[in-house]
Amino acid sequence: MSSVKTDRFQFHDHYLVEDLLSDDHRMAREAVREWVKQEVSPIIEECSEKAECPKHLFKGLAEIGAYGPSIPVKYGGGGMDEIAYGVIMQELERGDSGIRSMASVQGSLVMYPIYKYASEEQKMKYLPKLGSGEFIGCFGLTEPDHGSNPSGMVTNIKDDGDAYILNGAKMWITNSPVADLAVVWAKDEEGKIRGMVVEAGSKGFTAPEIHGKLSLRASITGELVFEDVRVPKENVFPEIKGLRGPLSCLSKARYGIAWGAIGAALDCYDSALRYSLEREQFGRPIGGFQLTQKKLAEMITEITKAQLLAWRLGSLANDGKATPAQISMAKRNNVNMALEIAREARQIHGGMGITNEYPIMRHMMNLETVLTYEGTHDIHLLITGMEVTGLNAFK
Amino acid sequence: MKYLVCISRTPETTAKIAFTDGNTQFDKNGVQYILNPYDEWYALVRALELKEAGGGTVTVINVGTAENDAVIRKALAIGADDAVRIDTDPKSAMNVAKQISEYVKSNPHDIILCGKETIDYNSGEVGGMIAEFLDIPFVSYGEHLDIEGSSATVKRDIEGGSQTVKVNLPAVISAAKGMAEQRIPNMRGIMMAKRKPLNIVPAVPFEDAATVIGYTLPEGKSAVKMIDPENMDELVRLLQEEAKVL
Ligand SMILES: Cc1cc2nc3c(=O)[nH]c(=O)nc-3n(C[C@H](O)[C@H](O)[C@H](O)COP(=O)(O)OP(=O)(O)OC[C@H]3O[C@@H](n4cnc5c(N)ncnc54)[C@H](O)[C@@H]3O)c2cc1C
Repeated sequence: MSSVKTDRFQFHDHYLVEDLLSDDHRMAREAVREWVKQEVSPIIEECSEKAECPKHLFKGLAEIGAYGPSIPVKYGGGGMDEIAYGVIMQELERGDSGIRSMASVQGSLVMYPIYKYASEEQKMKYLPKLGSGEFIGCFGLTEPDHGSNPSGMVTNIKDDGDAYILNGAKMWITNSPVADLAVVWAKDEEGKIRGMVVEAGSKGFTAPEIHGKLSLRASITGELVFEDVRVPKENVFPEIKGLRGPLSCLSKARYGIAWGAIGAALDCYDSALRYSLEREQFGRPIGGFQLTQKKLAEMITEITKAQLLAWRLGSLANDGKATPAQISMAKRNNVNMALEIAREARQIHGGMGITNEYPIMRHMMNLETVLTYEGTHDIHLLITGMEVTGLNAFK
Repeated sequence: MKYLVCISRTPETTAKIAFTDGNTQFDKNGVQYILNPYDEWYALVRALELKEAGGGTVTVINVGTAENDAVIRKALAIGADDAVRIDTDPKSAMNVAKQISEYVKSNPHDIILCGKETIDYNSGEVGGMIAEFLDIPFVSYGEHLDIEGSSATVKRDIEGGSQTVKVNLPAVISAAKGMAEQRIPNMRGIMMAKRKPLNIVPAVPFEDAATVIGYTLPEGKSAVKMIDPENMDELVRLLQEEAKVL
């Protein structure tokens, strides 16, 4: 079935949340939407179907300014605020969660820790090239046996004079097979989690691709395997020790996902709304039937709530007040909302809803990953649970 | 080379068009606005390309109220160096042309570019009127523009073909599809635009010679008529009598 067609997406903003944003935010939204319509929509169904990562978009994402929008310009970012970052992620994910992932990883999980924790020299060595897309980065935290519980990681470093010797393996790493460098988290000899930059091409370092994904198919995922890899000491982040390091990066990325997922939801809703007005059964548009209206009305209600949640979280983040627990709540709520909307939107499209003529199944399958990565749906619930009760239910 | 690009704000293409005040005013309620595509995609981008190749400055100019600042900022985000807004709410193309030409008299530019028309009123008059007020040449519907020394070569779109014209500068040139390709502003451009100058200039007095008496909307599309493929005579009859195209 042919899948290249015009992207008819129209934005929906029932509570005029856009009025709460600035002209810059609106301009950023428009620019990224236009870019997605030109660069992503025409190819995404095919990329997804063939499980091919559109690698040329790494450069395009850099040109539009999607990498680290809220990191200072001097360090390769965009010098914008957190709401601008959120809006950009939303428009990217409106196109595809995999494309948004390419940008989230580069900006929030690679540039951000280097910006926050590396020495000035290392920042200047890596950040401008990451910002311009000359270097692609990846982030290695998850291991085959340690997903939700990263503190159990076994990847480790041992002091060897001017370098550390890194051993271990990471799993499910977005961008890893195409990455020029990896931000890797490993335990030192005291058992403390340390972060470091490992360059591709280092002896003993490989990044095989993971095949057979039925979700996030336009994003490339792989492993990281370290066999006695020498990591120069200056590549290890000097100050930060413990889980706080990787978690601070995850907070950044989760924040972007809380905004991003609304994009996927909007695309599903927009398609369902249009379809419900064009598709006729029993002599009238299916949008005229109460059961269809219930679905559509509930969808836009949930989207509106998520938009307000994201906006409020963005304002808190701009004031430096957004807590990890608040970010957790928004990530969990908004991703789950998007997945449920995808399922309802699928029904409204009837049989057409299962084809690649419409973006619904692709978003739905993508959102299964988004529900799980960056902290699973249940883990985020436990974070909120711990926040309100003060009791830890993880272990 | 000093480039001046005339830009205007137009309703977004999917906006619902309605009128108020006894069909004499456009109803702005709930309408989203954009930078007029002919100004943005072709006139502005070509000016930027020529500046990048041969040096100079690109200034954008708009005649309008503060409502227009968002689209002016967009032109700055795309790459214009600075902007001028002549502060009045013009009711006619002639007023726009008058204001811009008065500005140019005291701030000379080598090339004045504008879109071939705006996508709202589609009258395409501003360029020609500016040229007339300034007594300089006007070349319309340019689909290709090159500069050499103190002259410009413009390939014009004409019915069924094209015409190539050489014109001495300063001149006014209006841009049609093909003169350049749309540039999407990037985040850095958006941030830089905030620091670029937007100079607000008072308008010169102007009295319109013409007033709008009323607007009417086109008739709604009628339903599709299906005709049996066996019944060609009926198709011909409808095309002759109802559609009146044969
Ligand atoms: C496409 C894709 C890309 C990814 N990209 C990256 C990346 O770039 N970098 C990276 O480091 N990681 C990445 N991940 C990994 C992702 O973050 C992990 O998959 C996620 O953290 C879950 O870990 P797991 O898969 O090992 O599941 P597990 O932790 O084994 O969880 C399995 C189930 O058990 C539940 N569970 C676990 N512990 C508890 C508990 N205490 N109480 C209740 N329920 C519990 C979970 O909620 C889940 O439902 C990616 C994953 C995918 C699928």
